[in-house]
Amino acid sequence: MIEHYLSLSILLFCLGVLGVISRRNVFVVFMSIELMLNAANLGFVTVARLHQSMDGHVLALMVMAVAAAEAALALAVVILLHKHKGNLDTNIFSLLKG
Amino acid sequence: MEGNLSTLGYIPLLPLAGALVLGLMHLATCRGRRISERIYALVGCIGPILSFLLAVNVFFALQALPAQSRFLSHQAFTWFSVGELTVSMGFLADPLSVLMLLFVTFVGSLIHVYSIGYMAGDPAFGKFFSYLNLFLGSMLILVLGDGPLVMFVGWEGVGLCSYLLISYYSEDRGNVVAGNKAFIVNRIGDFGFVLGMAFLFWGIGAEGFDYLSLKANAHLLAPTLGITVCLLLFIGATGKSAQIPLYVWLPDAMAGPTPVSALIHAATMVTAGVYMVARFSFLYAQAEVAGLVVAWIGIMTALLGAIFGMFQNDIKKILAYSTVSQLGYMFAGVGVAAYSAGIFHVFTHAFFKALLFLGAGSVILALHHRQDIWQMGGLKNKLPITYWTMLVGALALAGCPPFAGFFSKDEILYSALAGGHTGIWAIGVLVAGMTAYYSFRLIFVVFHGQPRDREAYDHAHESPKVMTLPLIVLAVGALFAGFLNLPAIFGGHLQVSHWLAPSLTEVHPHGSIATEVLAIGGSVLAFVIGISIAYRRFATGGEQPVFTGFRKFAHHKFYVDELYDTVLVRPYRFLGQAVERVVEPFVTDGPVRAVAWLYRMAGLAFKVIQVGYVRVYAIYMVIGLSVMSLVLSQSLNF
Repeated sequence: MIEHYLSLSILLFCLGVLGVISRRNVFVVFMSIELMLNAANLGFVTVARLHQSMDGHVLALMVMAVAAAEAALALAVVILLHKHKGNLDTNIFSLLKG
Repeated sequence: MEGNLSTLGYIPLLPLAGALVLGLMHLATCRGRRISERIYALVGCIGPILSFLLAVNVFFALQALPAQSRFLSHQAFTWFSVGELTVSMGFLADPLSVLMLLFVTFVGSLIHVYSIGYMAGDPAFGKFFSYLNLFLGSMLILVLGDGPLVMFVGWEGVGLCSYLLISYYSEDRGNVVAGNKAFIVNRIGDFGFVLGMAFLFWGIGAEGFDYLSLKANAHLLAPTLGITVCLLLFIGATGKSAQIPLYVWLPDAMAGPTPVSALIHAATMVTAGVYMVARFSFLYAQAEVAGLVVAWIGIMTALLGAIFGMFQNDIKKILAYSTVSQLGYMFAGVGVAAYSAGIFHVFTHAFFKALLFLGAGSVILALHHRQDIWQMGGLKNKLPITYWTMLVGALALAGCPPFAGFFSKDEILYSALAGGHTGIWAIGVLVAGMTAYYSFRLIFVVFHGQPRDREAYDHAHESPKVMTLPLIVLAVGALFAGFLNLPAIFGGHLQVSHWLAPSLTEVHPHGSIATEVLAIGGSVLAFVIGISIAYRRFATGGEQPVFTGFRKFAHHKFYVDELYDTVLVRPYRFLGQAVERVVEPFVTDGPVRAVAWLYRMAGLAFKVIQVGYVRVYAIYMVIGLSVMSLVLSQSLNF
């Protein structure tokens, strides 16, 4: 049974990675990152259940708190990006090009 | 037997503090409102004068002690401590350093007072006094230092100050060149001094590196090492005290303001070399060969200086070469182990040479900065005080009995003769005659005869009191200083020599009365001959001579400057250019540039992967993390 939970977690995580890599809209990239965080949470909770320990639950709650803070920050950044260029295509923002 | 005296530290500190205060005052006001010259003058003179009073105090403190224990010292603070060597900023007052101290502060103070008049109206009045104070303070550190290292601090300090003051009128390129020359030539000498110190430390420095410990351990020094140390230290002295072959900077040092020349030639700087040799008399007494070298170089310098002095036309150049010549006498004295005679000549020379320079400054100022003696003449009536005081100075310099120079010079010549150095004595007598000739050539041409430049003559007027007063005081010194060391034949007791005895390692020569009479007779005869030739040629005027043959050769100082320029300076400069063009770009800069190029190329190569798209960076991250996880799982054997 545990294996299924873990497989789902890995699947969700890979979907998130794929989303970050393949999508060009900043919002979708952001949502993919959230997906990866939740996949990790699922993993934590699963393993906590497996080991009958509270550590995983604590970590999952921590990740949620961090994700909330991160969401607030990231959305502000997204708004600024939109103000700056009027567009949310990640390919426009390539200032780091060497 | 050593006492402690904390006032010693204040003697160099006062002029140094004065220099700092004056310097700050000058810096604070050089752009905006200016401080009155009176305030600068007051601050500038108070340090040296207080130092002089303290020096007198120290003198009496020493005199109260029994003769063999006249050593007072003061350790101000620990300077540095490396391994087994601990050097403290210590000061030592013994008969030798106190004698130096007295005349350095006395003559130095008078020169400060004189400068108030001479430099009046100078735009950087405060800067000048600041340098002057610094100069005096450095000299006092040199004299009072209780070991070679502290002496070296002062030694370098006076070198620096001479550079600053010689090129004081720095708008003129020639003055800056003269300052550079003085500094560089001195550095060459300092190199010898540093090496000498290093050898000395290597030899006997482990037990303590101050004069008293060194003196106690001097007998442990191997003879060859002793001679090496003495010769190396003497190289330092040839730089500082302008002896062959490093004398060339001193005549050029005339570029500075005249009070500076007086300070360099009389009270500070050039006397340092003689003082140093006398200070290390315990070493030189062991190394007779080194002493002979010192004596012969000294007397040859005396001869050379006198020859050059006879054929100069610039009033200050004549005096400059006379200083070179007189310094030669001093080294001849300390070289033949008559240390007290050498130091006594330093002492009397300080009075009459300061007097002559300050008098020359008065003449130069009266004639609006004319220095060529062939534009002067007949100034006797216009500048009476300057004339009479300079006459006293010239008589003292020429060695006319009973002026100061006679006794001190005679003491050196007598010591040379009694010590069996007949050659040195003979040259010394010849130089005495030449000295009489050139000093009276100067007096006659400048003050007697008819005015050669009517317009300058008409505008000439005597200097203000603040300048003539120091002249009068120095003239009194030049008249009577000789009596302090009256030899037995004139009913004296050689008081200065006996006073100096505890500091020096010397054996007084016991010549017969005949030797003494011969020495005195020789000097007096030379003086009379020299002065009569000068009288016959110049007393009633005379025109500027056209130098031909040997005279032209001597007028151009045997072309020594040109020789040094060709043999040393130019090849050195050529070498420098070669290094700049070949060695620097290819040998030293080459590898550095190659490394820089390598980084540049690596940067260009790695630039390709920096595409700037967030997605791509995410891919890099995923790849990286995957590889890391893989490696981690491998190593942990999952």
